Order: sequence, then C-alpha cells, then structure tokens
Amino acid sequence: MSATLSPGASAPPHDTEAAPGRKVGSLLVMPSVIVLLAWMIVPLVMTLWFSFQYYNLVSPETRGFAGIDNYQYLVTDPDFWVSLENTLILLVSVLVITVGLGILLAVVFNQPFPGRNIARVLAISPFFVMPTVSALIWKNLLMHPIYGVFGALANTMGFNAVDWFAQFPLSSVIAIVSWEWLPFALLILLTAVQSLDHEQREAARMDGAGVIAQFFFITLPHLSRAIGVVIMIETIFLLTVFAEIFVTTSGGPGNATTNLAFLIYARALLQYDIGGASAGGVVAIVLANIVAFFLVRSIARRLEV
Amino acid sequence: MRATPLQRFLATLFGWGTALLLFFPIAWMVLTSFKSERDAITPGLAFTPTLDSYRDVFARADYLNFAMNSIVISLGGTVLALLFAIPAAYAMAFHPTERTRGTLLWMLSTKMLPPVGVLVPIYLLFRTVGMLDTRSGLVIIYALMNLPIVVWMLFTFYKEVPHEILEAGRMDGAKTAGEVWYLLLPLTLPGVASTGLLSLILCWNEAFWSLNLTSAGAAPLTAFIASFSSPEGLFFAKLSAASTMAVAPILVFGWFSQRQLVQGLTFGAVK
Repeated sequence: MSATLSPGASAPPHDTEAAPGRKVGSLLVMPSVIVLLAWMIVPLVMTLWFSFQYYNLVSPETRGFAGIDNYQYLVTDPDFWVSLENTLILLVSVLVITVGLGILLAVVFNQPFPGRNIARVLAISPFFVMPTVSALIWKNLLMHPIYGVFGALANTMGFNAVDWFAQFPLSSVIAIVSWEWLPFALLILLTAVQSLDHEQREAARMDGAGVIAQFFFITLPHLSRAIGVVIMIETIFLLTVFAEIFVTTSGGPGNATTNLAFLIYARALLQYDIGGASAGGVVAIVLANIVAFFLVRSIARRLEV
Repeated sequence: MRATPLQRFLATLFGWGTALLLFFPIAWMVLTSFKSERDAITPGLAFTPTLDSYRDVFARADYLNFAMNSIVISLGGTVLALLFAIPAAYAMAFHPTERTRGTLLWMLSTKMLPPVGVLVPIYLLFRTVGMLDTRSGLVIIYALMNLPIVVWMLFTFYKEVPHEILEAGRMDGAKTAGEVWYLLLPLTLPGVASTGLLSLILCWNEAFWSLNLTSAGAAPLTAFIASFSSPEGLFFAKLSAASTMAVAPILVFGWFSQRQLVQGLTFGAVK
C-alpha cells in the first residue's frame, strides 16, 4: 500500500512553522495516522500469514505451515479462474457502459434545456440507493420473468418474457451495477465539462468546427483527466462488487456470477477455509494495488499542500 | 454560446429521456410500495393505493431495530471519523510540514485496500473479542473506512480559509484549541457539515461489512433488505415499502450534497 508513494516530494516553501507549532501539528495528525496504520497493517499481515497456513474453522486440529499449498489449491481450482474472469468481465463492461454513456450524458446535461436541474437530480439518484435495494428492486420488480415490468413490456410487444437471471446472469448483474455507477460517472464528468473554457469552444465554432468536431477535439481531451479518475475510482469499487451478487444470485447459477469477492466470502464464511480465503484475499489486494498505484500517482500530481 | 433550436430540442429529449429512464426503477419502487401484494405482482398502473405494506413492515417487531441500528451506526461512524479527522486536517492545512504531502497521499492509499482482502482477519478478530454483530464494531469499521475521505475533504475546506484571519486571532492571544473552536469551526462549519453528510451517505449504504459482520442484533437496513432475497420473503409490496423507507432519507441528503460529493469522492482531483 504505502510502497506506492514517495513522501515528502515537495516541501511547502511558504509556511515555515516554528518548532512548537510543528510539534502540536504532528500531535494532532498522529491519532489518525496511528489508527489508519493499525487498520491497514494488522489485517494485511494477518491475511498474508493465514494464506500460508492450514487453517479451517471446522477442523481446528489440522493447523500448521502450509507453504504455498493454499495458493496452489487456488490456481488449480477452476472456480478461481472463472471468478477472476467474471471479475474482469464485470469490471470492463461496467466501465465501458458507465464511462461511455457518462460522457454522452455529461455533454447533454451541459446544454441548457428546460427543467435541467430537476432532470439532473433524477438522473443521479440511483447512486444514493443502497446496493441491496438496487439489486432486489431490479431483480424482482423489473427483471422477474412473470411479475416484472420488462416481462410485461415484452409480452405487450409480442415477445416472450426473458428470465434474465437464469439466462443472462452475469449480464443482469452488469446491468444493475451499471445503473448504480452511471450517475457517479455522469456527476464527475459533468463537473469536468462545466469547467471547460467557453471562449475556447466559441473560437473553435467561429473557425467552423461542428458539434462533433468540437466534441472530439476540445471536450474529449479536456475530459481525459476526469475520465481517468472515474475509471480508477470505479475500478477500486467494482473489483469487489459483493452485495448485488449476494442478494440476487449468490454467485450462481453454478459459478456464473461468482466474482473474486464472492469466492473469498464463500471460502471464508461458508466453507470456513481461512487459509484458502486468505490466499484469495492476497490476490484481491494485489489487483487493487495495481490500480491504486496509478490513481494515487494521478491525484498526487494535482495535490497542492 | 447560443444553442440552435434543434440542439435545444435534442438536449431536452435526451436529457429528460435518460433522467426518467434512470429514475424509473426508483419511481416504480415507490409506486409498488403503495400497492397491495395482490396488485404488486401485476405490473400495471391501475390499483387502489394502500398503506398496508408500510403498516406490515412497521408491524414487524424488528423493523425499528434495523432502522435504529442504521441511524446509530451511521451517526456513530461519522462522528468518530470527524473526531479523528478534524484535528488532523487542521494541522495539515495550517501547519504543513515536509511530511504533510506524503501523509495525505498515504492516507488516500489506505482507502485502496479492498475490504474483501481483509475480511478474514477482521472477522476472526471480531469473533475473538466478541464484536461480531455489535453496533460498536461497525461504528469502528465505518469510521476507519471513511477516515481518509473525511480528512481529505476537511483538508480541502481548511485550505480555503484565509490565513490572515488566524493570524489576527493569534495576535489576540487565541491558543490552538481556541483557534479551532472559535475561529475555524464557525468558518468551516458548512465544510464540516457536507463532509459529515457524505460520510453519513457512505455509512448508510455500506453493504459489505454490514452483511458479513452482523446478523440479528446489530444489522442495519442494508442487511434487513437483503433478508427479502430469500424466496419465502418475496413480497413485492413489502419489499418496496421497506426499500422506500430505507432509501428516502439518504436520497434527499444526496440531492443536497452533489457538489461536495464530487470533491470528496475524487479526492479533489476533479473540480
């Protein structure tokens, strides 16, 4: 975690504090640093430690050093690779949908139109709905093949209702998660679009650039930074989507919607295999850190202390 | 730049179209909550509105318990995070040292630790010390989970307070504690409030730790709603009523804190 940054890259030139002020300062920062350090280090070390141990809560008598057995078991388990694949499919699909539509909507919501503020409030609302509610409302009220709205719509149009969670389980989860995160992308990207210099666009228009050209040569480059931030923040959350899967499919049918988070949960709290679950946890941490490295770096560039 | 009538028409069409589409599931949930169970399973608009489902949800002896857990845990986690974060953000904004930048970025990087990566040790630790299924357990987790965001947001707000005001206060003999209490807190109260609001929203909707670390005793509304996922719990109207009550307060909070949300969730990277 902390290895991703080099602290003290730039000392603040303006505010040189006298010694007592500095002492009080670090005294005030210390509590937060200590609790965060404990919150990070203790579980991290424990996860690493358990991942090299035989440790099953059901059979407490077999314990001891396992070497890389847990990892070996993990990589030879087809479920693990499926879960990794599902994690990545979920991640990439939701990113493409939310960022793609998010950019489009940000541009639309940047145009003046009647009732724009109300429309924006409605559009970002899904982000504030708790994941268990989102998932169950979609599953039961909308996607249910017999009682759901989609089924009813399909029937009136002369199609057969689709049993979404049975036929397209992963896509169904992707739809729900995209619905939750599109408002986030929209909100961030809209903020970025609004900071676009109007004169620059005006100048481009004068020079004869059409709406499309303006979008590709001015808006999109201006948004690149915000898009990067959206992608990275979403990635951190999307790598560990859990509640939506927990309440809709429980990872099924079979392992069709089991992602890494759900696999680890099942290993730990359903099969009580602490060692195996910890090995999975280490994989999740490594994955998240690859993303975190880039995120922290891009935020650091903007940070003025 | 003036929009052409066509542009304006298209913006209206797409803007309102997507807004209504995105809001539809929420609107449908609220609508269904006023149906009877019999009407709820036929997706239609013709029904006699009833408050039965709300009455039924309230009648469940444990509903208020779940709601209370949500309130206590969210408030507790937010207050605890603020208690740690206010002094830290104050110190880093007004008495920066050569370590401040590194500290801030390091705090941010702790947020990147995926919860599922540390589920096992936290679960075992909680089991050992008897904190599984307790409110205080979740309060601690939520405070730690949000602490980096809370510090960052407060830091951003404190940075915008002009240093001269503090200088003047110091001239008048205000000590550090007094400085925070009499000068900074009033000046940055809106910032503290919106930081708290964001933390409340995040705590209220958190559904990884609450599902894994609580059962009957300390489970908040996220877990209560999850209990509707079992097949025998499939009562659409009651699910909708319970969901509406769980979502409504935080939705209103969310509407009021859109701006701060952008700041807080992107760590000031997008302005």
